[in-house]
Amino acid sequence: MRNPLRYPVRKGVFLTWIFLSFQMLVMAQPTFPVNGITNPTTKSYAFTNATLVKDAKTTIANATLVIKDGKIVAAGTNIAVPKDAVVVNLEGKYIYPSFIDIYSDYGVPVPQRQMAGGGFGGPQQLESNKKGAYGWNQAIKPEVNAYEIFSVDDSKAAGLRNVGFGAVLTHQKDGIARGTGTFVTLANKRDNLVILKDKASAHYSLNKGTSSQSYPSSLMGVIALLRQSYYDAMWYKNSGAKEGVNLTLRAWNDVQSLPQIFEGNDKWNDLRAAKIGEEFGVKYIIKAGVNEYQRIQEMAATKSAFILPLNFPAPIDTDDPSDVRFVGLDQLKHWELAPTNPAAFEKAGIEFAFTTADLGNTSELFTNIRKAIQNGLTEQTALAALTTTPAKLLGVESLIGTLEAGKVANFIITNGPVFSDKTAILQNWVSGERFNVKNELWNDVTGVYEIAFNTKSGVKNYNLVLSAGGNASLIQGDTLTGKYTYTGKIFKLSYTEGKGANATETVLSGILSDKALSGTGLDAKANAFTFKGKFKNASTAAPAAAATTPAKEELGKVTYPFVAYGNEEQLKQEDILIKNATVWTNEKQGILQNTDVLIRNGKIAQIGKNLSAKGAKEIDGTGKHLTAGIIDEHSHIAAASINEGAQSVTSEVRISDNINPEDINIYRQLSGGVTTSHILHGSANTIGGQTQLIKLRWGKNAEELKFEGADRFIKFALGENVKRSSSTSNVRFPNTRMGVEQVLDDAFIRATDYQNALKAAATGKKGENVYEKVRRDLELEALSDIMNKKLFITMHSYVQSEIVAALRVAEKHGFRVNTLTHILEGYKVADKIKAHGANVSTFSDWWNYKMEVLDAQPYNAYIMQKVGLNTAINSDDAEMARRLNQEAAKSVKYGGMNEEDALKMVTLNPAKMMHVDNKVGSIKEGKDADLVLWTDHPLSIYAMSEKTIVDGIVYFDREKDAQMRDQIQAEKARLIKKMADLKRAPGGARPAGGFARPVPRYEVVLSCMDHTHNHGLLAVEEEDHQ
Amino acid sequence: MKSLLKIFCLVFFATSAMAQDNVYPGAPQKETIALINGTIHVGNGQVIENGMVVFEKGKIVSVGSKGTTPAGAKVIDVAGKHVYPGLILSSSNLGLAEVPSVRATLDESEFGEYNTNVRSIVAYNTDSRVINTLRNNGILLASITPGGGIISGSSTVVQLDAWHWEDAAVAMDNGMHFRMPNLLIRRGGRGGFGMFGAAASNVDPVQAGLNRIEDVKSFFKEAKAYLTEVKPAQTNPSFEATRKLFNKEQKFYIHCNVVKEMLIAVEFAKEFGFDVVIVGGSDSYLIADILKENNISVILNDMHSLPTMADDDVAQPYKTPGILQKAGVLFSINDTHTNSRYRNLAFNAGTAAAYGLTKEQALSAVTLNAAKILGVDKITGSLEAGKDANIVVSEGDILDMRSNLILHAFIQGRTVNLDDKAKQLADRYKYKYNIK
Repeated sequence: MRNPLRYPVRKGVFLTWIFLSFQMLVMAQPTFPVNGITNPTTKSYAFTNATLVKDAKTTIANATLVIKDGKIVAAGTNIAVPKDAVVVNLEGKYIYPSFIDIYSDYGVPVPQRQMAGGGFGGPQQLESNKKGAYGWNQAIKPEVNAYEIFSVDDSKAAGLRNVGFGAVLTHQKDGIARGTGTFVTLANKRDNLVILKDKASAHYSLNKGTSSQSYPSSLMGVIALLRQSYYDAMWYKNSGAKEGVNLTLRAWNDVQSLPQIFEGNDKWNDLRAAKIGEEFGVKYIIKAGVNEYQRIQEMAATKSAFILPLNFPAPIDTDDPSDVRFVGLDQLKHWELAPTNPAAFEKAGIEFAFTTADLGNTSELFTNIRKAIQNGLTEQTALAALTTTPAKLLGVESLIGTLEAGKVANFIITNGPVFSDKTAILQNWVSGERFNVKNELWNDVTGVYEIAFNTKSGVKNYNLVLSAGGNASLIQGDTLTGKYTYTGKIFKLSYTEGKGANATETVLSGILSDKALSGTGLDAKANAFTFKGKFKNASTAAPAAAATTPAKEELGKVTYPFVAYGNEEQLKQEDILIKNATVWTNEKQGILQNTDVLIRNGKIAQIGKNLSAKGAKEIDGTGKHLTAGIIDEHSHIAAASINEGAQSVTSEVRISDNINPEDINIYRQLSGGVTTSHILHGSANTIGGQTQLIKLRWGKNAEELKFEGADRFIKFALGENVKRSSSTSNVRFPNTRMGVEQVLDDAFIRATDYQNALKAAATGKKGENVYEKVRRDLELEALSDIMNKKLFITMHSYVQSEIVAALRVAEKHGFRVNTLTHILEGYKVADKIKAHGANVSTFSDWWNYKMEVLDAQPYNAYIMQKVGLNTAINSDDAEMARRLNQEAAKSVKYGGMNEEDALKMVTLNPAKMMHVDNKVGSIKEGKDADLVLWTDHPLSIYAMSEKTIVDGIVYFDREKDAQMRDQIQAEKARLIKKMADLKRAPGGARPAGGFARPVPRYEVVLSCMDHTHNHGLLAVEEEDHQ
Repeated sequence: MKSLLKIFCLVFFATSAMAQDNVYPGAPQKETIALINGTIHVGNGQVIENGMVVFEKGKIVSVGSKGTTPAGAKVIDVAGKHVYPGLILSSSNLGLAEVPSVRATLDESEFGEYNTNVRSIVAYNTDSRVINTLRNNGILLASITPGGGIISGSSTVVQLDAWHWEDAAVAMDNGMHFRMPNLLIRRGGRGGFGMFGAAASNVDPVQAGLNRIEDVKSFFKEAKAYLTEVKPAQTNPSFEATRKLFNKEQKFYIHCNVVKEMLIAVEFAKEFGFDVVIVGGSDSYLIADILKENNISVILNDMHSLPTMADDDVAQPYKTPGILQKAGVLFSINDTHTNSRYRNLAFNAGTAAAYGLTKEQALSAVTLNAAKILGVDKITGSLEAGKDANIVVSEGDILDMRSNLILHAFIQGRTVNLDDKAKQLADRYKYKYNIK
């Protein structure tokens, strides 16, 4: 075989070059002076006899590819080889389009964080520290253009080229709005020449990155900021004059026409991103994580395209059982199932591209794609995800991605099908320039050679057998074993004779070319010799057995949610007849003995004696108590963030934007009879964020958890927390309760002005968008909703002075505070609260852990209730929430409250204060079937929830809970064994990435930041975390 | 009965409408008292229906079914009520940390690592506002425990009705407290939302913990060597302070939670012959057999806690006492809840009764077991003749908030004033709103 690397340099194409350079200006830069002699070439090549994979769907045998000046001229069969082309024979080889990665930061500097922003106690940076006519928030920087800061970095480029990439979309991965990406080749040329499209995309994320500005400090803050930025840009476009020159908003508007790429990195964040897009008519391309298979239907429902990373988790080292104790079932399952992620997307019919982003090392690409293929991904889709799909998503499919005439000459040459583990990429051509990858494998040198050593003691003849993998044997009667290497030209061989201490080594090196080899050798006694040899025949050894496809392994199932105690199928509603229970109706009938309750279609259908219902599942309630489900008015479970504390007024943020349906505390609350929780923003600032009422539908997604039709609420807070009493370096207003009152008043003055401005701007014309004239302000809009009784306040409050001050501000602005929560000194001003008309929601017996609770006392609930306030007991704590019935019972102890009234404090009363008592809170025909069957008197310390029912679905069942525990053990045991087996497997079968140390996953406890929690060994308080 | 109770309460409030400052410790018991007709929960598992407890000069004289009431005794008829030994907080910062968020009120954690010579009792404030509220929930004794450092110092068992710490102490300096370095792998850096994870530390945190534990062992080895010297050239106060520990006059309380930490606690018992008690012990149920075999007792700190792992039994902390009981491990139930300030000790036990213990076992876990662990079972922890008359009378089952209402309490025979700040504040505002 002719060595294809020996290209004769052609000359005399000068005229062609002149012509092309005027046309395309691709191959050289006329404006740059040349130091030395110009050496213009057309770089014209013809690759013949190749298996040409034109695109993922089309493979052409015995094909020719012609390129010239960095472009493909022709591809296919029956193509005449141009006279000026260098011909490369690719018999037995494959050509593929080079890969495209559209989620890279190749060649773009990684910014460093300047200084830390304020945690809960630290000093805050309230304004942007970026100089220039930019926007107010440091994390919003659409003005950053990757093409302006991009520079070729050939060592990085080589890493990508070596795994087949020829072009990448690169951007600076920093900030919430990250600016534009630029589409470049991986050629080693001047920056000017590698940019294929300067402004190719716009990028967003949910991570503020290096921004040192305090706001936003939470996920929901990020989402609010993004939403506000869209509205700001819309307004700026129309009424920009008032803003002056705002380069950020200008850039924001400029980049909207580009493909919009959003970094989700996680299944729930992907959905959050899609939801933002929905509001503004943007269909983001979503950069995923590797856990989307856990919610693939939801992914499909976004109708978005995705960019999938391939960083599948390493198996966990399972050697130490006391470490493994702290590894969760979901972590083990995710290890097994993560490689199914791409296949899940394919099966769901979702378009996706692959990226090397998130890989520890780009060289893991093929291993992990093969894992994905083993787990059901088709090779065709895998190839498309590396070529045509990314090109299409970026709108550059006419430029790149397939091997067709006119496209950029980006292609790879391999010695086999590209995803086979036997295959190597030999060369990667970028813009018509060759880069060697594993070029040494171009020629298959395995086989039997006749070789002669010409030594001082005469000629020795051997048969030399070169095998795949670098093993050599030298045969002359006996067989000597050795190792060889071949670099495509230079051949080296070493072998030993004798054994143990007597073993001697001989080394040889020379040239192996065109099936002939020659060179020199040196034996152990320093005797030099020469050798020569030639190819005799192919190796007679049986070819390695065709790679056996590994037996289809049994995989665990996705559960909903994907955590312990999740179910393989979503739980179903059923008709249930509870027989012969003691029923606490919370209605006029009071407590009914020996009573039946029928549940149909998720509602309470009938209450009576001796009921029967066809098809309904019967539950014996004999000796048991049935109550309405417990409603927790103050909870911080099931959210990805709770406190947006970076400003004193953050009414624009919404808990609903960051519900976490996989919080195990949902299940734990169910085990204590809770069916509805009010998820509040924290108490870090005076006007916090909007809250979300959820039903504890374990397994459902964020949207499905929301209590449908419920009124919107917002959290306010007073006192020590909002004046940052624990901080010695606070700079945020307010610093006193005097300031807190003024923050409240000022907020509603601003909101009033805002309403008036909107009214004044509205002309009443059809199709008018008033927000083009008046900036839509999400913060003031929420406050204005409060004044218009469309949004209701739950106010964290402790001492009597601040309570009344806040009520008076509300009255001044014409609304009432719906709920005072905590309200530990409520008993002191119960009459004033009653006159105002607020509900109250308190702890049973907490006190004396901070200054503002010194006068707290456990008769509070009793006294407030006696004065006539609608009183609830809440938890503010995921642990205590499981015992709210007993917390309510403490008012029997402290004050002697009637037991039915006590139970109402955790059922009907919170339902009333949340305006949902028409649906929940009591056992009444027509209401939602949110019920708890207790083993004992529901106020007793001995009472356990046997069944907790939401919408007629039994979400917690004590018996099933025990069974699930066994299943969790069994599944963990299976997965641990699987990992242990891998560890014991012989070298080759062990995972290349090694084993991960089992690191306990600390759960950050999100809370008010108001008090401590007993949440187990692995809990980290949010304030410690920050 | 309910209305009687109300009358009782009203009368009580009316006569005791005074500031907490005027709630005086009781005078020494003068006359013999007989509690008759009550249900007596001895604390050791035994229940006597319709029984009688007689105590004089601060000591219990007799406990049994009702016989003849002693002549001259003051008789209190507690028919229908329940009589219990005073409950005991096994390990607490009561009186050391008044308002946890206010630094100036904290006397719990001293600087330094080997504070064997630090004594909690000297900082114990008998006028803490929290104390009276505990008596009102049946808690009459507590072990006052220092925090901080590696060796935090010594604890003292106190009774909760005293003018001064010197009067309060019932077992002075009888425990030494070791905060085991954490042997859980911790993630380097901060991670999480919007944060850049800091580079992980190069030092293996588990190894670092083990190294520190070795340092602690070296400390005790040196202390032991020091103590064998008849007259050391230079006095070392921290070594001197270990004398009681080596003499077994002090127990060695090791605060730790995970298996490896607890196994090291067992090793301390073997190596130094210390009387080891594990405090915390949230994973103790995993090695109950080993603890039993090595006579290691356990103070369970956080009954009302969430399980450690999502995978764990949702009720694991509630069930742990039942598992230890079954394995024969001596354990007590504690209350360290910072927000409710330890007043729910009885209900912690009640929860354990719902999830595996019998009610009397649960009671033992906050009375006799605690006394045994704290080394004061000869003088308290149960209603047995010869012991201090530390007695509470509850309206009903003391473990259940529905019926826990303390009607009488006696500490060393003294009648305890059951007024407290909470009642006074409630009373003041009932007056304001005219609530009867």
